[in-house]
Amino acid sequence: MSVTRTVGSDHQLARLLQIGMVLEEVVEARAYKHAQSTDIDLEDDVLELLEEAAEESADHRSRLEALIDELEAEPVAFEKIEPLVEAQYGKTKPDDFDGVLYDQLCNEETAYKFYDDVIGAIAASETSFSIDRAELVSVLESIREEEREGVEEVTELMETHQ
Amino acid sequence: MNTSDQYLKAIYLVQQVEDGPAATGKVADMLDVSPASANEMIGKLEADGFADHEKYKGVSLTDEGIVRAEQALQTYCIIERFLIEVLEVERFREEAKALQTVIDSTVAERLDTIIDRRSECPSCFSAEDDVCQHIECELVETADSEIAD
Repeated sequence: MSVTRTVGSDHQLARLLQIGMVLEEVVEARAYKHAQSTDIDLEDDVLELLEEAAEESADHRSRLEALIDELEAEPVAFEKIEPLVEAQYGKTKPDDFDGVLYDQLCNEETAYKFYDDVIGAIAASETSFSIDRAELVSVLESIREEEREGVEEVTELMETHQ
Repeated sequence: MNTSDQYLKAIYLVQQVEDGPAATGKVADMLDVSPASANEMIGKLEADGFADHEKYKGVSLTDEGIVRAEQALQTYCIIERFLIEVLEVERFREEAKALQTVIDSTVAERLDTIIDRRSECPSCFSAEDDVCQHIECELVETADSEIAD
């Protein structure tokens, strides 16, 4: 064990990518749940944002799945995560319109932080992974950039609804 | 979880086992670092107001240090429980220890939305067994029901 933030093996890398997939699946499932909620009256621009967020998360998880496949590890199926989100949604769902946007902001910020930490841990690692490191980092950086843009989009929407 | 949070968590757990100040050597052992590294970080934690270090006795967390340590322990518990419940990892202790260096508390909070964690967490963490005491019980119950089947 080490206290240093690093990725020490293919196995640990695959595990982190699996966690990334789960995070994306949680975003996707929660966005669908928010959009379908009849308790909160959501305006069109917010519904559009949630739809785009769900589509973007689906794209991210398919890109992560391709990396996990290359590492010969098991991806985490959306069908496995969706019921878990459903089961706990009642306890964690937003109460109002602001809550939906805030939840979405947390999703984007959390995802950004996750990819930023993983990229940093890969950079600090001297491990020779069985997949191409440049390709791996390029995919993760591209996803991180989209998460950063997502934070900006939600923030702008929050400002217009103030 | 950053390095200082990992140290705070380790000191907190050693203090629980020792029921008193944590010996620097035991903190170093728990984190698998050299005593010199542990001493250096404990000095930083003391300077930041998270710990008090008394020569020949050991290190104790301040109230502020205890709050941070419990938050770090909660993050660790979420990772352990997530590995068991969602990814069905058998060697969850070993993997959680490796992952805690990369998984931040904000990320753990999101993972927490899909796991079933007790409200008393992290006070149900057993420092001696290095695992949540309920996880141990649940695993034994699962194993028992599988044998019964």
